[in-house]
This record gives sequence, structure tokens and C-alpha cells, in this order.
Amino acid sequence: MSQIVPLFRREFLGYFRSPVAYVFLVAFVIISVSLAFSPFGGFFESNDASLRVYFSFYPWLFLFLVPAVGMRLWSEERRTGTIELLFTLPVTCLEAVIGKFLAAWAFLNLAILSSLTMAFTIAYLGKPDWGVVLSTYAGSILMAGGYLGVCSLMSALTKNQVISFVLGLIACAALLILGFSGFTATLESILPVAAADAVANFSFSTHFEGFTRGVIDARDVVFFLSLMGFTIFLNVVVLDR
Amino acid sequence: MIEVKGLVKSYGTKRAVDGVTFSVRRGDILGFLGPNGAGKSTTMKVITGYLAPTAGSVTVDGIDVTKDPVATKRRIGYLPESAPAYGEMTVTEYLNFIADVRGFRAKDTRLAQVERAIGLTHLESVRRQTIETLSKGYRQRVGFAQALLHDPPVLVLDEPTDGLDPNQKHEVRTLIRRMAAEKAVILSTHILEEVDAICNRVIIISQGKIVSDETPEKMHARKSGARLDEIFRQLTLSDA
Repeated sequence: MSQIVPLFRREFLGYFRSPVAYVFLVAFVIISVSLAFSPFGGFFESNDASLRVYFSFYPWLFLFLVPAVGMRLWSEERRTGTIELLFTLPVTCLEAVIGKFLAAWAFLNLAILSSLTMAFTIAYLGKPDWGVVLSTYAGSILMAGGYLGVCSLMSALTKNQVISFVLGLIACAALLILGFSGFTATLESILPVAAADAVANFSFSTHFEGFTRGVIDARDVVFFLSLMGFTIFLNVVVLDR
Repeated sequence: MIEVKGLVKSYGTKRAVDGVTFSVRRGDILGFLGPNGAGKSTTMKVITGYLAPTAGSVTVDGIDVTKDPVATKRRIGYLPESAPAYGEMTVTEYLNFIADVRGFRAKDTRLAQVERAIGLTHLESVRRQTIETLSKGYRQRVGFAQALLHDPPVLVLDEPTDGLDPNQKHEVRTLIRRMAAEKAVILSTHILEEVDAICNRVIIISQGKIVSDETPEKMHARKSGARLDEIFRQLTLSDA
């Protein structure tokens, strides 16, 4: 497992070898903040020193931004042929998948943490509940990992980054929409309530919601962790020749 | 060093490699010849552990490549066809990454290995350039440096002189010949003079099967006065 370190380092620093990383980080901050201050967000109207409004857009934001980060993970290796180089170096497939996953996750976490400016803003404007702020950050980081697992898997399926992006977007959208009340209501009219509930349980939004209220539920943590584990496992299966 | 026994690799219903058996000893420079699509690259990809064999076995230094792939990969230096590399890295960054993965964790030994590889392949002048800005010849040398970095007992080179100019070809051949005494080398090519120039054994492969395995001298003796490419044509066309 010590082989993960050099793979992680190369992948993580790789983001900063091109302007993409900086563009991404700036875009993330601008889009997330402007959504919160927009008429849809109503940050000031809520008259509340919390980040709830700000983070309520995260599931939607991740829907586009995580596939953008994850799309190149394996597609790029396939397109340039470096995958052949990587898999003839003394590393196992699992080490390679984990190393790359962790690098992309660390990069996403950097983006998430860049929103700490918002936390300082509300601390200046009022007295936020730091427990809730912390749990929301923890939830965002876990949710980013869940999205990323799905996108990394999709990226292993194709050497075309555009296809990889679209597949990641569709898969994440499916996992997001499962949890919306409109969708579950429709499901409940067709399926037994228990079955509809089970389906809704696979949604990002269902499991993220608790964190934004300051509740760290073991079930939510387990959901995101097992989603990451499962997608990493499938990722290895897809790449094993 | 390398034992290949009854190797079969199928893609769907097509057999790219069909029952190939040969062995390579220390000091051998084995030339792997054959028309395009004959199964040269596929055989090399199985030896290096990139592809799993459909049937048959490959051992490197007595270790089966499917049983302990990480151990065999440690013993092999591999230059894939067209020398893929991470283009956004500089030559030094890239070789440092390879050294890191190859287990040279201490900074001084890592730098020493990188310097050695850069010296062997004459990359000093471009060491701070990103790989994507390099010409084909330099890129090929970076691939070479990557394969030689850990001074492996086995070298597998897929078309090492492809795309190089005559001077560069000569340089690469000299390098291979100089290192060959203590290594087992397999190189694939479709340039026949190359075989004459550096190999001490030739395997001709056609449609996934070995059609000849001998020294270049013996091959010449098959048909006295004939040029190598006539013999090559005869062997690979009669099989078709």
C-alpha cells in the first residue's frame, strides 16, 4: 500500500501543472457564493447567521463540478496510453485506483475548504453555530467522495473525456434525483411505500440533508463510505484485464 | 531469464498470439520480427504483465507473471510502443516519479538513479522541459530512460528505434549492445537491418505463431546470398 503515496503525489500535483486547477477553484468559489446570494438562495433574506443556504446548493454544484474533476482520472490515461506504463510499474490495480481517487478527493476538498471565507463572513455578521458548520463541512467532504467514486468509475469505462463527463453527470444525477420528494411521491404511487423508501435511500440529497442540520448520523456516514468502497471495487474490476 | 510456454492470447474469437514458446537467457538480444498485427506487441504486453494470458505461462526469473505480477514487474524495464509518458511533467519530474514508484524512496538514491538514466540517454539538455514539448526522438529517449532507470535484469523494448533519425537509431543500438551482456533483452522491430545490427537471436512471428527461431547468421544461411527481407517475406507470406 506504500505505493499509493507516489501515485497520489503525481496525480494531485498534476492538477496544478496546468491552469485547470486554478480555473476550477476560482469557478467553484464564484459559482457557489453567487448562488447563495442570488434570488434563489436568499442569503440575506433568511436573516440567519448560518451556512445552510450556501450549502443547500452543493448537491447541485457537485453534479457538474465533480464529473469535471473526475472525468480525466482514467480516460486521460487510456487516451495517451500511459495506462500501459502505469500497469507495468510495480503497483497493483487497487493501489492505482486508490491513489488516484484520493488525489482527486483531496483536490475537491481543497475547493470545499476554499469556502471557509463564507464561514468567516457569517462569523463576522453574526454568531453561527460552529457545530453545524463543522458537520456540514464533514458532510460535504463525504458527499464529494461519493460523487467522485461514481465519476472515477465512469472515467474508467471510456478513453473519451467528454463521454466520461456525461456518464458521470447522468449517474450522479440519477443518484441525486432519487431523493427528491416529487420523485419519491411518484414512486410511492407505483411501488409499495417501503420499496419507494428503499430507493430514496440511495440518494445523495437524503444523506446530505442531516449534516446540514448538524446531525451526524452513522447511517449517512456509512452510506457515503460504502458508496466510495463499492465504486472503487467496481473501478478495479473494470480496469483488470 | 524469460520462459514463455504455449502462450495464447485471444481477443474475442481472434487469437492474437497462438501457442508461442521460447526462452531468453542473460546476454541474449532477441529480435522479435513480424508483419504488423502478427502478435509481437501482444506477446510483450503479456510478458510485462499488462495483459493476462488466455492460456500458457510466462515466467521471469522463475516467477510466474500471473502469480506475482508486482515481483516480475520489478525485474522488467519496459518501453511500450510509441513511448507513452505524462506529457505535462518535465523530464526530471517524470523520472523522479518513476524512481519513486520503483522504490527509490531516499532522496539521494533517487536522484542518483535519475541522473544515471539521464546520463545514459543524453537527456541533459531537455531535463527541465515538459515532455509534451519534446520531439519524437527525445520522447523516445525519455521512454528509454524510464525503462533503464532501475537497472533491470530484463528489458522489453517495443519498437525502440521507431521514429528516430539514423543518428539516433545508431545511438540507441549502441546503448542496447553495451548493456546487453548482463541483461536479457527482447526488442520488437520491423526494420530488418536492426536485427543484423544488434540481435544475436531472431524470432519471426506471423499470425500469432513462431515461424522461425535462430541466429541471424543461420537465417542468412537458409538461402545464401538472399537479403534478410527476402527471407522474411518468404517465411511470413508462405504462412498466410
